[in-house]
Amino acid sequence: MNDTPKKPKKVLNKSKVKIPMREQDPKNRIMNFDEVPLGYNADEAHQEALRCIDCKNKPCVAGCPVGIDIPAFLTLVGQKDFEGALKKIKEKNFLPAICGRVCPQEDQCEMVCTLNKPNKGREPGGIGRVERFLGDYAVEHNLDIMPDIAPPTGKTVAVIGSGPAGLTAASDMIQKGHDVTVFEALHKPGGVLFYGIPQFRLPKEILLREISGLEKMGVKFVMNYPVGKAESLDSIRERFDVVFIATGAGLPWFLGIPGENLNGVYSANEFLTRVNLMGGYKFPDGSDTPVKKIKRIAVIGAGNTAMDSARTAKRLRPEVVYLVYRRSRLEMPARVEEIHHAEQEGIDFNLLHSPIEIIDDGKGAVGAILCQEMELGEPDDSGRRRPVPIEGKVREFAVDTVVIAIGQGPNPLLSADCPELERDDRKGTIVINDLMQTSFENVFAGGDIVTGGATVILAMGQGRVAADAMHRYLMTGDPSDPEGEHI
Amino acid sequence: MGNKIVYVKELAPLTKLFEIEVAHIAERGKAGQFIILRVNDEGERIPLTIANRNPAKGTITLVFQEVGKTTEMLGLLDVGDEIHDLAGPLGKATEIPSGKTVVCVGGGIGNAVVWPQVQALKAAGNKVIAILGARTKELLILEEEITALADVTIITTDDGSYGRKGMVTHALVDLIEEGEKIDEVITIGPVVMMKFVCKATEPYGIPTQASLNPLMVDGTGMCGACRVTVDGKTRFACVEGPEFNGHLVDFDELITRLAYYQPEEKSSLEAYHRCHMDETTDNPEHGE
Repeated sequence: MNDTPKKPKKVLNKSKVKIPMREQDPKNRIMNFDEVPLGYNADEAHQEALRCIDCKNKPCVAGCPVGIDIPAFLTLVGQKDFEGALKKIKEKNFLPAICGRVCPQEDQCEMVCTLNKPNKGREPGGIGRVERFLGDYAVEHNLDIMPDIAPPTGKTVAVIGSGPAGLTAASDMIQKGHDVTVFEALHKPGGVLFYGIPQFRLPKEILLREISGLEKMGVKFVMNYPVGKAESLDSIRERFDVVFIATGAGLPWFLGIPGENLNGVYSANEFLTRVNLMGGYKFPDGSDTPVKKIKRIAVIGAGNTAMDSARTAKRLRPEVVYLVYRRSRLEMPARVEEIHHAEQEGIDFNLLHSPIEIIDDGKGAVGAILCQEMELGEPDDSGRRRPVPIEGKVREFAVDTVVIAIGQGPNPLLSADCPELERDDRKGTIVINDLMQTSFENVFAGGDIVTGGATVILAMGQGRVAADAMHRYLMTGDPSDPEGEHI
Repeated sequence: MGNKIVYVKELAPLTKLFEIEVAHIAERGKAGQFIILRVNDEGERIPLTIANRNPAKGTITLVFQEVGKTTEMLGLLDVGDEIHDLAGPLGKATEIPSGKTVVCVGGGIGNAVVWPQVQALKAAGNKVIAILGARTKELLILEEEITALADVTIITTDDGSYGRKGMVTHALVDLIEEGEKIDEVITIGPVVMMKFVCKATEPYGIPTQASLNPLMVDGTGMCGACRVTVDGKTRFACVEGPEFNGHLVDFDELITRLAYYQPEEKSSLEAYHRCHMDETTDNPEHGE
């Protein structure tokens, strides 16, 4: 980037570790839904940015699924030019306050950072923390930093689903000069960012503020509009020049064990939707959607959604929150930071336990969950050691609530209404080619509806790739035509 | 927001009919489908079946009973007001046969759903017998509208204040015993009623569809709050239903699941009433 000023080398911060981020104390935070990590202040962000050595090959940029010019924005933060840094980020990512919070940087930009040398006790640059600071700085100072918008092309784009993939595609397409309308089935925008990710990880105010930035750029949002039901995909294809399907992984999986339909058994989606989207933790003052008073709860699973469910449950102040997982700690799919937070908050981890039955309390509700104790055997197809039962060892947890957080599949609502759209019969995902194009020429798809369930940032990355292909398609009729880039 | 209320009618005590402008649902909705609505930004999402639609006018009709906080607040709205959020049409449409004899058995507020079903069944050339039940005469709704469409309409009231005294199941069994050749029964109403309608038709082997009304949150297949057991398998009523083969439905499980939040619903309504009374005491002019 030739517009990036040179970093003054003499003020480099040579600290081996990241500037620590202040957090709410675990004892206090389990009593509220406020955010846990408090974020950097300007000084801390400045100091952390100065740790970047501005190395030559910039592995972090390649490590970022949306390709943010990370050294460039860190350099600007190092010069305390926060607005300039924001502008730099927004060239590639319109949602820094969100991504700074929910991206797994430890597996992406920070993992490949040149500074990252764990054996020498050296930590990578705190890229996510600085990004979050900038996003919050914009919110706090009411800055509307808009990227440049290309002159109108006269082309129309429909984006179905306002989750991470949809928002990214919408933001890219509006910048390329197209007329963009986003359709959302629920009453609030954001998809999983709203219904799934808890308030204490991503405050709804921050989310809505970043989304309102898209509105200011001209993106139109239509709420309460489940495409496939409210209007057929065929009709949307007629009305718009190109369509992007980003309907997410909204189909919860259950275990298929006896007792799963007892009262008090929830999918993680239902539990989190009641608490997050519907604000059930404020029931009855401030929300009309009830959440039961929980005494003892078991959350099944060990992914990020399981951690979110367990930590959400903790804030409803039960006596105990068990986390039950059939494999060992090493195989837990959640981010290390989330596992750490859950432990700090006193979630009771029960690894190598596999639920076999949910037991009726005699009144049609959950009384207990019976688990088979497991040990690790040979590796399975996923490369993880397969858990095998230890004969004769079962354990019963007395609980009144069970949350099943073992994953989810693609949302079937749209594809059920349009059988001609090619799908993977086994997984239910929409089939795309390497340009994210579906079996319909002017329909593209991305995010969890094609992957079956991944992370926020991967969905955003797919939104970006799809937007590029859709732009080429709109301008030349061919999504792979390199000429389309320059129009 | 849109979703403007253009017509309001009180059908029975605490039972109201709203006609609402929402063009895309008026055009796409079919008998048996439902919508989800919220009355304000703190409101819960509740499902209501589409009772009628007028595609030319771009309106749909909803019928609801004021039984909880949300439906009471909904009942306070009037012509010209807008409903905060309204999404649909959701769920699968009723499967409409043609050239058959179909009996629609409704009870209470369920008669609002019988109405579009009778319309669709008649339009497809079926002989339609409607059996409409109510606890007492003044709670009977949409009699006129349904009678005008159905070939035969039989009314029952629990207390005998109107029509036949007794349950809808008695009228149904009598019809079968009298030799009426029935190809299919569709039932909608209180769960206990639907359970007994299904029990009544089972020995005769008459296919019976029950329109289930489990608790829902999103109504788009995302949460599974609405799961019901049909033929030993878990199904999501919001996307796979709401109508299922009634002979295979586990009604007892549905009854238990429907009752789970009753204490919270009751306390929420009581708090709302208390709060409302305070308001009226503070502002005598604003009272109701």
